[in-house]
Amino acid sequence: MEMTGREIWTTIHGMVFGFIFLLGFSGALYAVYAMRPEWLTAEGMKRTINLTKTFVWGLALSAWGAVITGTYIVYPWYRARPPEGTTDLTTFPRSFLLADESIAGWHEFGMEWKEHVAFLAPIAATVVAFIVSYYGPTLARKVGERRAVMIFFIVSFAAAAVAGLFGAFITKAAPVR
Amino acid sequence: MANKITVSDNKPNGPVAAALLAGGIGSGLFGLIVLLSEVSESFGTALNWYNPVGPLSGKSILGVGIFFIAWLVLHSMWKDKEVNFDGISTASLVLLAIGLLGTFPPVWHLLGGG
Repeated sequence: MEMTGREIWTTIHGMVFGFIFLLGFSGALYAVYAMRPEWLTAEGMKRTINLTKTFVWGLALSAWGAVITGTYIVYPWYRARPPEGTTDLTTFPRSFLLADESIAGWHEFGMEWKEHVAFLAPIAATVVAFIVSYYGPTLARKVGERRAVMIFFIVSFAAAAVAGLFGAFITKAAPVR
Repeated sequence: MANKITVSDNKPNGPVAAALLAGGIGSGLFGLIVLLSEVSESFGTALNWYNPVGPLSGKSILGVGIFFIAWLVLHSMWKDKEVNFDGISTASLVLLAIGLLGTFPPVWHLLGGG
């Protein structure tokens, strides 16, 4: 039941920030989708929008938390170069993966995609959070704006899902220790 | 409550269009920066602003910086204005798609990078 400092940060990156975002996405998307004047009373709309604002800003902050901790805390451990002559590469995940052709694809495709596409998630989620906050209940009457918000939100989720999925696979193949 | 909704209806769409387009610009240019850094080794090396993170440091700082600066500039231009939302929305989604393509490794390989 012990965790190293690196494992704790990896957990905060993926299982706290990343997990909160991925778990909360469907609820927030439905809240935006269900913002229709014909479905909600004025009072229902007010309550829904207040909750949705908190929800989407929380998700955007989680997405920023995931990419910042991932890039500037966990990633340097992942990509660290082993000293000359090192034979045990288990504490150097990138080099460990690249040393074996059968698992090199986890870095060459998986990590390369994950580390870049992940940045689209917080950018798109922040845009969504701002628009939901700005319009408030009026968003229910703005069909085009609501559609754009949902597309941005889905792209944000897709980017985070790619990052999360490959993060889990890569951690299984070559964990940061 | 009905009054509140009516009052909000008068809000200009400029700030929303600004946020959306800034998101598109940030994503699209981030995708292009990533693509260029994979195709051009010298450009990739130039983005190594913080050694432990490597070129990803420059790419991430530039991409996020562009997003926030674009948002600030567009917001100050459009904060009180009604703009053509459909056109801006379409442009934003195209830029977002460019961001997705630019961060996808097979696209780098197609252009001789990666």
